Amino acid sequence: MAKADSLQGSMDLLVLKMLSRRPGLHGYAIMTAIQDISGEVLRVEEGSLYPALHRMEEAGWIRAEWVTKETGRRARLYEVTAAGKKQLGTEESRWQAVTLAVNRVLREA
Amino acid sequence: MSLWTRIVNVLRGERLNREIDEELEAHIAEAIAEGRDPVEARRAFGSTLRHRDGSRDVRLVSWLESLRSDAIFGLRQLKKTKVTSAAAILSLALAIGACTSAFRLIDAILLRPLPVANPERLYDLAEQGIGPDGKPQDFDGWAYSDFQLMRAAVKDQAELFAVSYADSVDLTYKSDEDIEKAYLQYVSGWMFPTLGLRPALGRLFTENDDLKPGGHPYAVLSYDYWSHRFGRDPAVIGRTFRMGNEIYEIAGVVEAPFTGTEPGTIVDIFVPTMMNPAVTRKDSTWHRSLAMVKPGAALEPMREKLEATSRAFEEERAKGFLGVSKKEIDQFLDQKVVLEPAATGVSDLQTETKRPLAVLGVLVALVLLIACANVANLMTAQASARAREMAVRVSIGGGRWRLIQLVLVQSAWLALMAAAIGGLFAWWSGPFVVSMINPPDNPARLILPSDWQVLGFGLALALLVTLLFGLIPALRASSVNPVSALKGGDDPHSKRRLMHALIAVQVAFCFLVLFVAGLFVTTFQRLSQQPTGFSTDRLLIVDAVTKTPQPIEFWEQVADHLRNVQGVEAVAIGDSALLGGSGWNNFISVNGAPPNGVLAYMRAVSPGWLDVMKIRLLDGRDFRPGDTHPGAALVNETFAKTYFDGVDPVGKSFDLSLDEGVRLRYEIVGLVGDVRYRNLREPILPQLYVPFHAVDNNGVSRKRGAGILLVRTSSLNPRSLASVLRQEVPRARAEFRVSRIRTQLEINQSHTVRERLLATLAMFFAIVALLLAGVGLYGVLHYSVLQRRREIGIRIAVGAQAGGIARLVTMDVFAMVLVGAVAGIGLGMLSVRYVESLFYQVRATDLQILALPALAILAGAFLAALRPVMQAVRIEPVSMLRTE
Repeated sequence: MAKADSLQGSMDLLVLKMLSRRPGLHGYAIMTAIQDISGEVLRVEEGSLYPALHRMEEAGWIRAEWVTKETGRRARLYEVTAAGKKQLGTEESRWQAVTLAVNRVLREA
Repeated sequence: MSLWTRIVNVLRGERLNREIDEELEAHIAEAIAEGRDPVEARRAFGSTLRHRDGSRDVRLVSWLESLRSDAIFGLRQLKKTKVTSAAAILSLALAIGACTSAFRLIDAILLRPLPVANPERLYDLAEQGIGPDGKPQDFDGWAYSDFQLMRAAVKDQAELFAVSYADSVDLTYKSDEDIEKAYLQYVSGWMFPTLGLRPALGRLFTENDDLKPGGHPYAVLSYDYWSHRFGRDPAVIGRTFRMGNEIYEIAGVVEAPFTGTEPGTIVDIFVPTMMNPAVTRKDSTWHRSLAMVKPGAALEPMREKLEATSRAFEEERAKGFLGVSKKEIDQFLDQKVVLEPAATGVSDLQTETKRPLAVLGVLVALVLLIACANVANLMTAQASARAREMAVRVSIGGGRWRLIQLVLVQSAWLALMAAAIGGLFAWWSGPFVVSMINPPDNPARLILPSDWQVLGFGLALALLVTLLFGLIPALRASSVNPVSALKGGDDPHSKRRLMHALIAVQVAFCFLVLFVAGLFVTTFQRLSQQPTGFSTDRLLIVDAVTKTPQPIEFWEQVADHLRNVQGVEAVAIGDSALLGGSGWNNFISVNGAPPNGVLAYMRAVSPGWLDVMKIRLLDGRDFRPGDTHPGAALVNETFAKTYFDGVDPVGKSFDLSLDEGVRLRYEIVGLVGDVRYRNLREPILPQLYVPFHAVDNNGVSRKRGAGILLVRTSSLNPRSLASVLRQEVPRARAEFRVSRIRTQLEINQSHTVRERLLATLAMFFAIVALLLAGVGLYGVLHYSVLQRRREIGIRIAVGAQAGGIARLVTMDVFAMVLVGAVAGIGLGMLSVRYVESLFYQVRATDLQILALPALAILAGAFLAALRPVMQAVRIEPVSMLRTE
């Protein structure tokens, strides 16, 4: 993405990582899963989740499918595509590089 | 999701919205199911509308989406004002259709390259010099012997090939009962390989098929002829047909798009040049010479070589001229050979219609501009009515470009709808116009393809007119100042100034169209009312042919037989019809003196011909059965003036001066009235009639294989006798066949076809232009009355008279009409010089020619002004002032 600022970048990373581990989550489940695993530290802003999901879908990293759950409610479930897995790799190594660099700065300074 | 799905999503916008909404709702429902407070969950989620927009923008192409909504909005706007929109669309459609149609014609006749290899390297050889009549002439007919020398001379720079002037011939496939007509062209055998043509069936000619005079009786058919005459039967190869005394065998069919080198004539049959009897003659110029120049060859040295070769040939030939002065020989030899580009082929239709088509092109373009001005005024008026809407759009953040887009999209709607209707109109009218150019017995057949070029032209035209009439209103609408517009006080005069300027332009163009149309109509009238000196009344011209030349007595027997047919009043025989196109001429020598250089034009006629044609006999007598050619002659008044100083020549004699010094002696037995010989435009020629009964040097009658029977019928509709005559001619003598029947009236009218076409189309465009200008004027007046309601109301309230109000409303506009008319006269005077050659006996400065368009425009303006003025005068001051 052209305007991949750090926040947005981490949003993509988190969503892709989450979906690659547990395919077939809907938006709400992605949000709660990130919050749970991060021990309530990372809070996803509910509204901005969907434009981000749709942007990633548009980019071809994830794909979505409507299903009717046993409760009778319809939900749109997401999963990572092959392109998305590749993207996840890039994002992960970039994140590693950034955190490594930040850590180094913290240590040296 | 690809770009494609994003584009598709533009078209299913509503579904996309629902889908996004459903997902967002599912999110909130999930939250509530987890036990969160519904109000809190919704608040935490934020505005669904905003998220929806955010998602929506990534899921579709947003500029396309805005274009789509503008398109829908624009269509709604057009629907709101159905009548005005329909008027705008129809007037534009008419103009676009006329333009496209004119383009199709111009493209087919003048622009489209021949479907051959390297058409851009094709040239037509012509000679420029002074003709025997003392006028400059440009002629592209060549003698075959000359052609052969030239071909050899430039062999290294170009391949020359000969193509005869395509002509309609009589031929038979089975028995002689079934004579049919076909267009035939004699071509050099090596033309096909030179042009890179391939056979669709059988084989084409090569150089080996064109070596020995009379030795190659083979034919190649055009694909078109093969299709419509033989239904693409492959068994056509090897079939034979008879033309004249020769049996030809069909050798092949040339591939589809090639139909000869003459746009306007679709050749049916190609035969080798060697089969033309004139191929061995040095004095017959019967074919064109085309040159396929080799890549990189310089034209000028080649041209000089061709000129030197041709001049040497003619010098050799001129040695045989006797009784011709040195000056005339010099004039004859002094010809410049030119190479004229022939990428689009070369035909008489091209030269004849070049100027008329250009004029028509300009006329339709003017009509298009008038229509554009109309729609521009309409859009300006609408835009001003929408000033408030625009102001609101600007206030809530609509960008300038979006507003321009909004108005332009609406214009594009108009243009596209107009282009679609106009396209249909052009599709229908193109062939219709072609059929109007054509004399009925000799139809020009034109391939009018509707391909990407025509489509591209139509679309480009639609785009152009969108910009022409849409851009200024769009720019004006977008530059709206919200504060003053919402207060209702924008400067109203600026808009009216623009509209007034457009009115002046419209009137100027309209005047020009009317003026040129008037000139064409007058030309047509003068030309068709031109006295011909003979009567076409109930006269049929029957072309008769015989398998082998027949004695004169047999011809007379046929004429006698026809005289007894029911419905026939009188019959005569001749060699060809007056105004029929062909002619022959000779120099005249009086009292053994050398000829004076003026040619006399001849016809061979039987006794009774004068009576059938109703030509006046001024002195002497008609031919008698015993008169022969040479021997007796009838001459016309101009002949007497030219060669006998106007003295009555009856009883005197003269000699025909032929090539190689042969002289034939004639005694003038009668003096007859002047008639039109070849066409209606040229001055009357010195004419000379000789008996149809010709004898050779030993006084033995010559046989004739072709002639015309002139039949005056008693029925007012001579055509009704045509089928009877077709049967009666062979019944009279079995050797005779009818190859064609025309009325003399048709022959006469074929000379005014171009003028009639120009007059009809110009008149049509003039009416359209006048109508459009009138509608435009009405629209502007109507708008200005609406806009000035308040002012007019106040004026009436303080006691203004009806006349004063009318003047107030119309004065500006009529001033513009005057300005436009004056500009139109100026334009007319300037432009008329370029089309003068198309006029006949009319001058642009004739009072009538100038007054008529002026009156028509004034009357149109008056009619257009009537209703708005009535509206203005009837404004009720009280109700008017109350509403504001």
